[in-house]
Amino acid sequence: MDGVIGFFQDLGPNLELVAERMPQIVDGLLVTMLAMALGALLALVIAFVFGIAQISKFVVVRVVARIFVEFFRGTSIVVQLFWLAFVLPQLPYPFGFQLDPLLVGVLALGLNYGAYAAEVVRGSIGSVPKGQYEAISALSLSPTRGMFRVVIPQAWALMLPSLSNLWIQLLKGSAIVSTVLLYDLFFQVEQLRDRTGTWFAYTFALLAYYLIAWLIVILMNGLEIRAKHNIGRGPALSQSWRGLFQAPGSTPEGGRSARVVRDKSAVKAGTAGEGGLA
Amino acid sequence: MTPSNSWWDWGYAAEALPVLFDGFKITLLATVLGTLIALVLGLVVAMVRRTAPAIINAPFTWLVEFIRMTPLVIQLVFANLALSPFVDSTLMIGIWVLGIHYTTYMAEVYRAGIDSVPKGQWEAATALSLPRVRTWRAVVVPQAIRNTLPALGNYAISMFKETPFFVVIYIPEMVRNAQTFGGDNFRYTEAITLAGLIFLLASYPTSLLIRRLEKKLA
Repeated sequence: MDGVIGFFQDLGPNLELVAERMPQIVDGLLVTMLAMALGALLALVIAFVFGIAQISKFVVVRVVARIFVEFFRGTSIVVQLFWLAFVLPQLPYPFGFQLDPLLVGVLALGLNYGAYAAEVVRGSIGSVPKGQYEAISALSLSPTRGMFRVVIPQAWALMLPSLSNLWIQLLKGSAIVSTVLLYDLFFQVEQLRDRTGTWFAYTFALLAYYLIAWLIVILMNGLEIRAKHNIGRGPALSQSWRGLFQAPGSTPEGGRSARVVRDKSAVKAGTAGEGGLA
Repeated sequence: MTPSNSWWDWGYAAEALPVLFDGFKITLLATVLGTLIALVLGLVVAMVRRTAPAIINAPFTWLVEFIRMTPLVIQLVFANLALSPFVDSTLMIGIWVLGIHYTTYMAEVYRAGIDSVPKGQWEAATALSLPRVRTWRAVVVPQAIRNTLPALGNYAISMFKETPFFVVIYIPEMVRNAQTFGGDNFRYTEAITLAGLIFLLASYPTSLLIRRLEKKLA
């Protein structure tokens, strides 16, 4: 029995099947969470390294960082994934090794979304007001200390909404890793389909990803509230816990993207839209 | 023809190119049609969310958010399995799913654009007692769209680079063709590398154009 009617008719037995298959589903969930977390970690490192390298005073560093970012943004995530999974093992010595599927997934996700995030980092650092840099020299802080104590804390608060959106993009993109034989959540839920039918299995899969996405939203909202509080631009987390459950792009002042579109400096820096996708 | 055991075989690459270009046509078609769907439906969604009563708005908003926050890959496979008894063309299913997925992004962009139209414009429309439809068509939408053009362009490029997600429903777009070609010949290097380069060659100049547009509008 399939279709929308079957979905409701067989809901009870199907839920029992889910319970029966729970060990496999949990395995898949762990793989997805691991790929998503490690991918995001790699992406964050790449974002900061290549975001800051793009505003280096050395031309060579800037050019190399720019090429890296444009390369990984411009070639699709699926191509990168297939390249690591299929091409890399076929290259002559000293390459020609088969990476573990999880590593392939993490590398592709981290490199691709890291390149997008590098643009967010660059844009946010660029939108920290000039007066702050003047304040750094007025207080005779060293440039490095000024970067880490003055500029980055402010840029961090600016970049969190976009990074949050990118992290959700990364989670959604991670569902493609089952094509390179990584047994993630999507793969395990697909195994359900033979017995529960299409509607149940895929509704279950979408809901599971939706819940994980919300975990990301809540975590990132928390970080954003804290970051704003740390630079004196908002209440403490304990006073604004409701802010944790704010859907992305639905802030009272008209949505994050609205703020970004209005903020011309952010548009110029390429952070317009949800995390400056393209 | 058996490819040589080297880094790169030009003859083999030349054989792969026509196969890739066949797929590229589908990639382009999907991008253009998907963008059109998202452009039109995105505006409709943004206007519904702005005007509909709360009882419709709440579930509708949730649905839009749900589509936006769940993987395109799963939506593609789901729609394909659920609709294939009724729809002949897998490509059309793929294009609609892609278009609807990006509708949810475009709707946010339009909403931001509509929000950024100054309040005085609405008041002026009321003062001139313009009918509601005319206020939207002649006052709000033209200004809203101008503010959102760069973001819309960015999403079109992003959609272009996400068409390879179609591999999960076996639509013969460029990356799927590269994969099949590589699999048939037990050699992936040339086909997949070229597919990546073609993406880069097509998307980078377009994103430069959009950046220029942004500067002009800013």
